[in-house]
Amino acid sequence: MAITRSDVAKVASLARLELSNVELDTMTRDLQGIVGFISSLDELDTSGVEPLAHPLGTQNVFREDIPTDSLSLSEALQSAPRHDGKYFLVPAVLGETGSA
Amino acid sequence: MHPGDMSACEIAGAVARGDISAFECTQAALSRIDRLNGSINAFLHIDAEGAIASARSIDSRRARGESLGPLAGVPIAIKDVLCTRNVPTTCASKMLKDFRPPYDAFVVERLRTSDAVIVGKTNMDEFAMGGSNENSAFGPVRNPWDLSRAPGGSSGGSAACVAAGMSPIALGSDTGGSIRQPAGLCGITGLKPTYGRVSRRGLIAFASSLDQVGPMARSAADCALVLETIAGHDPGDSTSLKADVPPYSRLLEESLAGVRIGRVAAHFTEGLNPEVARAVDEAFAVFRAAGATIHDIEMPHARWGVPTYYLVAPCEASSNLARYDGVHFGHRTDTAQILASHAADRTQKNNIDSDQADSTLVEMYRKSRAEGFGSEVKRRIMLGTYALSAGYYDAYYLKALKVRRLIRQDYLNAFEKVDLIGGPVSATAAFPLGEKTGDPLSMYLVDLYTVTANLAGVGGISFPCGLSASGLPLGFQLQSPALAEPLLLRAADRFQRITDWHQRRPHLEGTLQQP
Repeated sequence: MAITRSDVAKVASLARLELSNVELDTMTRDLQGIVGFISSLDELDTSGVEPLAHPLGTQNVFREDIPTDSLSLSEALQSAPRHDGKYFLVPAVLGETGSA
Repeated sequence: MHPGDMSACEIAGAVARGDISAFECTQAALSRIDRLNGSINAFLHIDAEGAIASARSIDSRRARGESLGPLAGVPIAIKDVLCTRNVPTTCASKMLKDFRPPYDAFVVERLRTSDAVIVGKTNMDEFAMGGSNENSAFGPVRNPWDLSRAPGGSSGGSAACVAAGMSPIALGSDTGGSIRQPAGLCGITGLKPTYGRVSRRGLIAFASSLDQVGPMARSAADCALVLETIAGHDPGDSTSLKADVPPYSRLLEESLAGVRIGRVAAHFTEGLNPEVARAVDEAFAVFRAAGATIHDIEMPHARWGVPTYYLVAPCEASSNLARYDGVHFGHRTDTAQILASHAADRTQKNNIDSDQADSTLVEMYRKSRAEGFGSEVKRRIMLGTYALSAGYYDAYYLKALKVRRLIRQDYLNAFEKVDLIGGPVSATAAFPLGEKTGDPLSMYLVDLYTVTANLAGVGGISFPCGLSASGLPLGFQLQSPALAEPLLLRAADRFQRITDWHQRRPHLEGTLQQP
C-alpha cells in the first residue's frame, strides 16, 4: 500500500516535525521508495520466528540501590536554551500570556 | 622519525622512555591538522589549548618520575558523537551547534586516564546517519586520497584524519558500518567491537541496540592498544558486558595455523566491483599462505540485512531523537515569533479553537526540530515513526525483528564451521562527492556488507588489502563471533606483518612530507 501525502503529514505531526509543502512532496516520494524497498522482507517467511530486539538478550540489569553524585543544578541547566537558574523555561502551556 | 608518522604504539613507547616529549607529539599533530584541515574538513573542533595542557601535564609527571598511562602522549581525535566535558559536541548537527556536555563519555574518561592527548572532535554524518559524510551540517569531509571523493561515513572525519596523518588514532562509532566502511575507503584499519564490549555512556544515541564505539588507526596493533583502554564494563551502561578485557595488544603473536576463515560466495556476485573482488581474493590467498584455511560458507539471510537495518535503525532513532525538543538542550526556535503569530491569530479570529491549533509549546517542538535537523535525519525519524505507528508496527518493525533473528542465526551457524568470516567491506572504492546524495536508497546500499554484523552484535574489522588502478584504497573485512576480538585483531595484525597496504599513504601534493 502506497504512502500518501496525507499519511506523511500525519506522521510528521506524530514526530513533531514541521514540514514545508515542498518537504512534504519530497518526503512522500522518498518514503514511498524506501518503504517499497523495505517491503521486500515480505518475501521471506518468518512464521514461527521469535523477534530479536537486542543482540545480547540481557534483561533486567540491576545495580545496588546506592545514591551517587549526579550533575549539579548548574551543570544540568548549562545547555538549556532558557532557564532561570532553577528550572527549564518554556512558553506558557496554559493560557497564552506567558513568555519564554 | 617525524612523530606524525609514528604509530600509537611507537609514540607511547617513545614518550614513556623519554625519547620524545608528549608536547612534541602533540605539536606535530596540531601543525598537521592546521595545515591540512582546511582542505579535508576532518575536524569540527580543534582543541589545541586542551591538547597542549594535557601534553605538558604528561611531560611534567614523567619528569617527576610518576608512571604514565598506556597511551601517554598519543594524539587522538574523537568523533563528534561522543560527549567531551565542556568541549563542543555537535553530532555534526545544527541541533547541537552550541552544545557543551557537562560530562565526558565513558570512553573519553578512559582515554584521559590513560594519558592520550585529545586533539579535537571529528566531522561525521549528522547524528551518524549516512555513508559518505555528506550529511554533515558543517560540510562534507574530503577523502585524503582524492579530495573530490567522499571518505565514507559516518565516521568520515575520523577516517580521513588518520589517513592524512593528522593523528595516529581516532575513535569512531559503528551502527551499520560507520567505522569499517570509511576505514576501508580511506585505507586505514577500523574495528567495530562486539556489541556491549565498549560502554555507550556519553555516545549520543542513534540506534541503541546497534551502536558501538571503536578504534580507527593505521594498524590492527594500534587498534588493539586503544581497545584494551576503552573496553570493559561500565555500570552506567546496562548493556555493557561484564566479560574480562584481555590484553589485546599482547595477544597478537600466535600464528594463524589452523584458523578457519569463511568465504561467502554470494559476496562476489553482481554489484561487487571487479577490482575489489580481485583484491579481496588476493587477501584470502595471503591468509591461506599464513596457515589459515578458507571454507565456503553460506549466509542465506544476509541479503535481507539492509532492509532489516533500515527498519530497526530508524525505529530506534525516531525514539532516541525525540529528546531534541528545544527544551533541555539543543536548538530552540525563536519563540517570540510564535507568540506574536498566536497573538495575531487571537485578535483576528477572536478566539482560536484550541483543538485545531498546536499550543505554543508543541509549535516550539515542531519548529525547533524542523530548523535543527537536516534532511536525512528527518527522513529517518519519519521512517521510524511511520513503521512504529498504529497499524504498521507488526508489518514493519516486528517483521524486521524476526528477520534480525534469522540473520543472527546465520552467524551462529557459520561460526560452528569457521572461526572468522572474510570478505569485502564495500562494493567499490571511494565514490565521488555528490554521486549518491540525490538518491537515499543508493546511499543505504553502501552498508551492504557491514550491517549484518551490527544486527547480530558480532565483531568486525576492516583494513586495507589493495589499491585500485586509480590509486584508491580497497578494504577487506573480517567478522568474528561475539567477544573474539583477540582473534580478529591477531588475524588483521598477521595480514599487516605480511603485506604493506596499511603503510601506503595518500599523496597530498607534498604537504605531508614537510617536517
